[in-house]
Amino acid sequence: MSTATDLPPAAGVRLAVQAHGITKRYGRTVALNQAKISIVDGQTHGLVGRNGAGKSTLVSILTGLQAPDEGTVAFGGEPAPPLGDRDAWRGRVACVYQKSTIIPALTVAENLFINRQSLTGGSLINWGRMRRRAGDLLAEYGVLVDPARPAAELTVEQRQLVEIARALSFGARFIILDEPTAQLDAAAIDRLFARIRALQHAGVTFLFISHHLREVYEICQTVTVFRDARHILTSPVADLSQDRLVDAMTGEAVGLRQVADRPAVPDSAPAVLAVSGLGLADQFTDVDLTVRRGEVVGLAGSASSGKVAVGEAVVGLRRPDTGEVRVAGQLIRPGSVPHALAGGIGFVPEDRHREGLVPLLSVAENGTMTIADRFGRFGAIAPGRRRAAAQRFITDLAVKTDGPDQPVAGLSGGNQQKVVMARALANDPVVLVLINPTAGVDVRSKETLLDVVDQAAASGTAVVIVSDELDDLRPCDRVLVMSHGRVVRTVARGWTDNELVAAIEGMTAQSAGQPGGGSDAGSGGSPAGAADVNVDADVSADESSGENSGV
Amino acid sequence: MSETPIQATAGPARQRLSLGRFRDLALVPAILVLIVVGALVDPVFLSSANLINVLQQQTELSLLVLAESLILIAGKFDLSLESTVGLAPALSVALIIPAASHGLGTELPAWTAVPICLLIGMAVGAFNGFLILKLKLSAFIVTLGMLIVLRGLQIGFTGGQNLFDLPLSFTYLGSAQWLGLPASVWLAVVAFALGIVLLAYFRQGRALYAIGGNVDAARAAGIRTDRVVWTVLVLGGLIAALAGLLMTGRLGSVAAAQGQNMIFTVFAAAVIGGVSMDGGKGTLFGALCGVLVLGLIQNILTLGGVSAQWIQAIYGVIILVALMLARLTSGKAQD
Ligand SMILES: Nc1ncnc2c1ncn2[C@@H]1O[C@H](COP(=O)(O)OP(=O)(O)OP(=O)(O)O)[C@@H](O)[C@H]1O
Ligand SMILES: [Mg+2]
Repeated sequence: MSTATDLPPAAGVRLAVQAHGITKRYGRTVALNQAKISIVDGQTHGLVGRNGAGKSTLVSILTGLQAPDEGTVAFGGEPAPPLGDRDAWRGRVACVYQKSTIIPALTVAENLFINRQSLTGGSLINWGRMRRRAGDLLAEYGVLVDPARPAAELTVEQRQLVEIARALSFGARFIILDEPTAQLDAAAIDRLFARIRALQHAGVTFLFISHHLREVYEICQTVTVFRDARHILTSPVADLSQDRLVDAMTGEAVGLRQVADRPAVPDSAPAVLAVSGLGLADQFTDVDLTVRRGEVVGLAGSASSGKVAVGEAVVGLRRPDTGEVRVAGQLIRPGSVPHALAGGIGFVPEDRHREGLVPLLSVAENGTMTIADRFGRFGAIAPGRRRAAAQRFITDLAVKTDGPDQPVAGLSGGNQQKVVMARALANDPVVLVLINPTAGVDVRSKETLLDVVDQAAASGTAVVIVSDELDDLRPCDRVLVMSHGRVVRTVARGWTDNELVAAIEGMTAQSAGQPGGGSDAGSGGSPAGAADVNVDADVSADESSGENSGV
Repeated sequence: MSETPIQATAGPARQRLSLGRFRDLALVPAILVLIVVGALVDPVFLSSANLINVLQQQTELSLLVLAESLILIAGKFDLSLESTVGLAPALSVALIIPAASHGLGTELPAWTAVPICLLIGMAVGAFNGFLILKLKLSAFIVTLGMLIVLRGLQIGFTGGQNLFDLPLSFTYLGSAQWLGLPASVWLAVVAFALGIVLLAYFRQGRALYAIGGNVDAARAAGIRTDRVVWTVLVLGGLIAALAGLLMTGRLGSVAAAQGQNMIFTVFAAAVIGGVSMDGGKGTLFGALCGVLVLGLIQNILTLGGVSAQWIQAIYGVIILVALMLARLTSGKAQD
């Protein structure tokens, strides 16, 4: 590619990490093809690329989980240690992986200090001290949970923060963060960035992976783009406009397009989803929500607002204490997913690893799991028909895969998310409930997914999008903002980013200049847009986290 | 921009993929080797009488492996199957035969024996399901407890005696010949054929893999996970009772120790055949191959004249070796 620029480090610049000529294959797929990266000591280096570009594969090589088929890795000029020497790797690099590595059965404290429980290097574990240290550490990230509780009780966001706190506390001089912000709300991202800046001041080097380009502009000094398993360019972020960055990622000179405007839904359109008086102890109270035919309604709020729980109650993943859910007038039995599906609800659950996918099963099987009864009589499944259905969604949603029979565990994170979306759409739902639907999805694929949502709405589906990402909320006709378990505001269509962010944070809008270069408000919006709004400290204080109950 | 995966033109990668499709067949070479070894040890081995004998002796084991594999794939456990093999026939027979032959004195009509036997198996499965799914107890310990309780019950009401005086309808399936093969062999073949088709081509079968692979995701996909697991446990009990029925017919009596110590072999066959103890992985064809491997080994040891005192130790060692070999040939970690 002609725009490829690879800046050789100026004389005297020390490289914290250098990987060269890296090739990695999985069966027929080439995940990395002669890829390279050089990270200058003390910098925060962004790594961006579309889903399946090979970012996480590079991470696994840089952290010694896998050996590359070809190529070399060096830390500070010295060759990387052998794979078996975990201690040596741990001294050189710490990492937040894209997929959770929290062990649910262990306590939060033990997860934080796993395999270094004694804290002093002795062999006796001082549980009391470990819990105190854990409590202090978590407080810095605004995670107010008892460190003695099992990690299984944490919300998705809290788990992510525990991972981050753990990686940052190793004292490693080089830290990799693979999509750390995909599950975080704006306030938590702010705290994370504050920590990163402080550590960078103290000389720590970061490799930061995100699909939110605005975050890259905000926190990184240099950015590297991968595409189709190759290194495309490395450049100081200040020299690269967002449009050029997107072009490099996609290989097309198109940039991002503006959201198409659907015509407003007429008041006469019949209500399809009617939620009234919905309540669940410790989560939300008295939520009313009506979505008309063809309407897209957003449900926004911070992590502790209860918005995810409302979405889960509507689709039957949780059983509400009070209230009812009706689809086209018909009552949906509370807490029953099969009923919700039969009633015409399709949904994307919050965490694809926990509730979205069966990793060992194929792409086809995962994507059609909700409609397995449609491929034949008496439960028989005609494999040809299922494969054809799978092939359709693979094309429609641009899933990057070897084919319908590939186990879904072999897909990149963003492509797994697309399979979950396919499963939601599979039963031609009249109501779609999407919880963080684009988590981990690249900029262009996000457009594809939101286009699909748009089309569904245009054909009469009532859509609820539960998210606090501005990009996800853009197609909405109105956005309900929740706080502490109640709907506190309704924001009508035509909002500006700052208005909505302010509403979510419970503050009045204040004009905020954008940091970094090249980010224009129309395209790359993300929670980081909230970065300049001062946020009150208690937003992610989550007193109730019985996430795993009620299913 | 390209959405298609980048294809490697290199040959080896392609080959690996096509071989992966046949992982199911990993044990077939081992079975062939065993047949050759058997023929070398004793020419009698290849006689049709001996081979049929091997098959018939393995039918009960293979049915238990079938039941256990279904349960393992769904992510659960059932150790009590081996006790059901003894208790279900013993109790149903005891309800029919007179008290003089160690019956319970109820003397129900003889035709009820077979249905009652199968119902007892289902009841045991249903009760296990109640403890595991409703009371949320550990499947391992619950079924270990049931293993002991059921065996104890059988010894209790039979006074530790073998039951002989069996109704004809009860021994028919285990002793009849259909088209030159024992009826029990046909039954096992049909059961495996049904099972293989169910697991590969039916929504209900695929639900087992989904539940064993990620129960939360299965639930979110609308699968009634508890109901499916419960059904599988009941089905497992039913199949175990059927195995007990066949064994009774083959041996002509219900031994007090009928089925005892089978469960280790059952698990070994399933795991050798590629079924994961963690759930969500494995096929019934693989499990069937595992049964055949163990059956052939046992037969060869007997023909080879290994002394009765030593056969258990040697058989145990060989199972462990077979596990290692299966690990090597399939190239997959067992879990
Ligand atoms: N364990 C695996 N088995 C088979 N293929 C794999 C495996 N892991 C990754 N791949 C393939 O390698 C390619 C690169 O995947 P990788 O996870 O590195 O992408 P990524 O850039 O991190 O994408 P995302 O932004 O979606 O997380 C993908 O095509 C993926 O399908
Ligand atoms: Mg990734």
